[in-house]
Amino acid sequence: MKWLTTYNRGGSVALEEIPVAEYGEFYTSLCDRLADPACHIADYFAVKESEGLRFFCLLMDDKAGTVDLASFRYGYYDDRALESVTAVRPEAHPFERAVTEQTGVRFRGNPWAKPLRYPSDGRRGRPSIDRHPFYTIAGDALHEVNVGPIHAGIIEPGAFRFICNGEKVLHLEISLGYQHRGIERLITTSGNRLRQTVLAESIAGDTAVGHSTACVTVIEKLAAPGLPAGLSARLAAERAVAIELERIAMHIADTGALCMDIGYQLGQVACEALRTIVINTTLAWCGNRFGKGLVRPFGTRYPITPEVADRIRANLAGVVRRYREVREDLKSAPSVLARFEDCGIVSAGQLARIGAVGMAARAGGLKRDVRFSHPYGPWTDTLGGVAEFRTQGDVMARLMLRGREIFASAGYVTALLDVLDDGKLCRAEPVYDVPLRPLSLAYSLTEGWRGEICHTAVTDRAGALAAYKVKDPSVHNWLALALAMRGEGISDFPINNKSFNLSYCGHDL
Amino acid sequence: MTGAVCIAILVAAGAAMPGVINRVRAWLAGRRGVAFFQHLYNLRAMLRKGVVTGHTATLIFRAAPSVYLAAVLTSLLFIPVGGLRPLLSFSGDVVLFAYLLALSRIALILAALDTGSSFEGMGASREALYGAMVEPALFIVAGTVALVSGYTSFASIFPALAARGLTVEMAIVLLLLVYVMVKVVTVECGRIPVDDPRTHLELTMIHEVMVLDYSGVDLAMITAAGWLKMAVLSAVAGNIAAAVTGGGAVAVVLWILLIAAAIATVESFVARNKLSRNTTYILTIVAIAFVLFLVAFLLESDITVT
Repeated sequence: MKWLTTYNRGGSVALEEIPVAEYGEFYTSLCDRLADPACHIADYFAVKESEGLRFFCLLMDDKAGTVDLASFRYGYYDDRALESVTAVRPEAHPFERAVTEQTGVRFRGNPWAKPLRYPSDGRRGRPSIDRHPFYTIAGDALHEVNVGPIHAGIIEPGAFRFICNGEKVLHLEISLGYQHRGIERLITTSGNRLRQTVLAESIAGDTAVGHSTACVTVIEKLAAPGLPAGLSARLAAERAVAIELERIAMHIADTGALCMDIGYQLGQVACEALRTIVINTTLAWCGNRFGKGLVRPFGTRYPITPEVADRIRANLAGVVRRYREVREDLKSAPSVLARFEDCGIVSAGQLARIGAVGMAARAGGLKRDVRFSHPYGPWTDTLGGVAEFRTQGDVMARLMLRGREIFASAGYVTALLDVLDDGKLCRAEPVYDVPLRPLSLAYSLTEGWRGEICHTAVTDRAGALAAYKVKDPSVHNWLALALAMRGEGISDFPINNKSFNLSYCGHDL
Repeated sequence: MTGAVCIAILVAAGAAMPGVINRVRAWLAGRRGVAFFQHLYNLRAMLRKGVVTGHTATLIFRAAPSVYLAAVLTSLLFIPVGGLRPLLSFSGDVVLFAYLLALSRIALILAALDTGSSFEGMGASREALYGAMVEPALFIVAGTVALVSGYTSFASIFPALAARGLTVEMAIVLLLLVYVMVKVVTVECGRIPVDDPRTHLELTMIHEVMVLDYSGVDLAMITAAGWLKMAVLSAVAGNIAAAVTGGGAVAVVLWILLIAAAIATVESFVARNKLSRNTTYILTIVAIAFVLFLVAFLLESDITVT
């Protein structure tokens, strides 16, 4: 079967260019290609057309650096059974489940087509997400522990059901969907470009820059007159500074949170102070600590002035120096090592099988980093660099990887600031009314701090959005947390959860 | 009269220890921290609130806070401070003391099971395990001081220890017993590295999770009883230490405050144990106590190794 080869740097694709295959052919080809650990699904979804549904699949090939597109059609009155890819390649599970709950199309042989975000009893009169039929294991020695959906502390809602033998966890089932706000539909139906970018910033509050960068990039790719090359490079560099600052801030915050969960006050208070410095640097730049309002299409209201650049440089230098001390302390504290090492191991094989991405995958030796496999913006021709990774796949590896990424990101920010420091200012104001190309598809892959963010937009005949699809890396990675917990003590769940720090609202949309 | 003074000192120590711990922790973390008496303000707020109980809870749940507080208060009546005699004492009150603490623990365990919550059940199981494991340490410490002093009542043990001339070896043994008692305090009162009293994570809690369903006056009683328990156990350690260093009641009070500062220092620089390692940690305490008992026994028997 033919796939259309595209690149993350490329522009939009006309819908007619994307090959339409028979499902049988598509199924065989997709299963074959997913056997290669370098390939995984970036997104797979259905879009309504006049005569039925058209399914699009974006397949990433890390080795070739390509994103391959394919599609197939499924009419409203079709009664062909679609073989489930999940049955062969478990990594397809979130996509098939989302398709089933959104369109009613079922996949034959799917091991467990439970809804991804909707109530399990959705076809009954008064559906409730609280009546989720959790997986059970019978046995006198076993007991079930339910945590959530309302948790202690300030975190988002999600239900965790443990099946335990004493203190040991046999199985963890994660049930999400409590945060479903209909983001995709809100973005699709809103014709207001500013509203769309603001919505994208709210997909996951801790990845505001990541998601807004992905959204704005998609819009710029779809726009009929694109961005001038010079402006494009400059904007991309400024956005990269913002996203790396977000990465540094969140990695430091997670280091502190991990220390808090093991009662290690020293690491906690140090990291809380450092994280505040980083987000306050973003505040000084654009007026918002999380970078909201910073990334806008076709321009920016907050260009990096020499003063802003100096402030970022100075603050970052101090933060990196002090974080290095914290990291050395954590690495040499026996009580900390005893908690983090050999805890919650997810092997590279498991990670590949469930299609894990981003930081969680890299901590287990699976080098998936969009910045280096599918470069965009200043990567990798301006900045160079390679993906940081660890091989152990335990909580300690995820913590240590955070440290390495903080140092790497600080290096990128400094390098970008040096490039931007040419005496010129980016004077382009954001533009919100550029028309979009009709009947086209554009996607953008962005490496947020959790991992790859994929936004895809499809336009209709009139140039309005027909579909807008968002994929947060958490969609792939929640299953990794469930696997990490198998055989661990239930009291180690919080540090495992924190070591992944996955997004609830990014998953629930 | 001296009995009333002892009670006043111990209650004051119970009220002061959390304040000392909070202040020292804040100082070591470079924070301003909460006010010294903040925990007492919180207690006052709890006393003014109503009580909410779950539908499944029975009389056991309602009675447990009173039993817990009463047991700890009664145990407090047997503890002297330096040379001051306690209110109650009789031969063998050491055993009663240990079992009053066990009674307080059992009241809370039953109450936690009574709620029917899976979290509280886990907490109760952990508390029962650790409580049972640490009990020998308390007994061995009490047995050792009884052996050295020749008495089995707290009121007589500590004055006798202070009165007899201690050899250097015996002084070292007694100071190490103080060390063991501080470790017992960390287990009994749920401090780091065994438990984290500040955590909000139900799955990792031991003591805190058992009292999750309590509110208002009931919670105030449990909280206050927890402080008194810490003060009483620290007072036992402080009395042993004061017998070595001398200084009477003032020394005991200083030792109690020093123990609070030590607990705070450990909490500032050490992460808590993996839960499955807690058993090893507690067994180590018991083992050290047992070695100390043997050494004391050999020293008392005047056996010389040639």
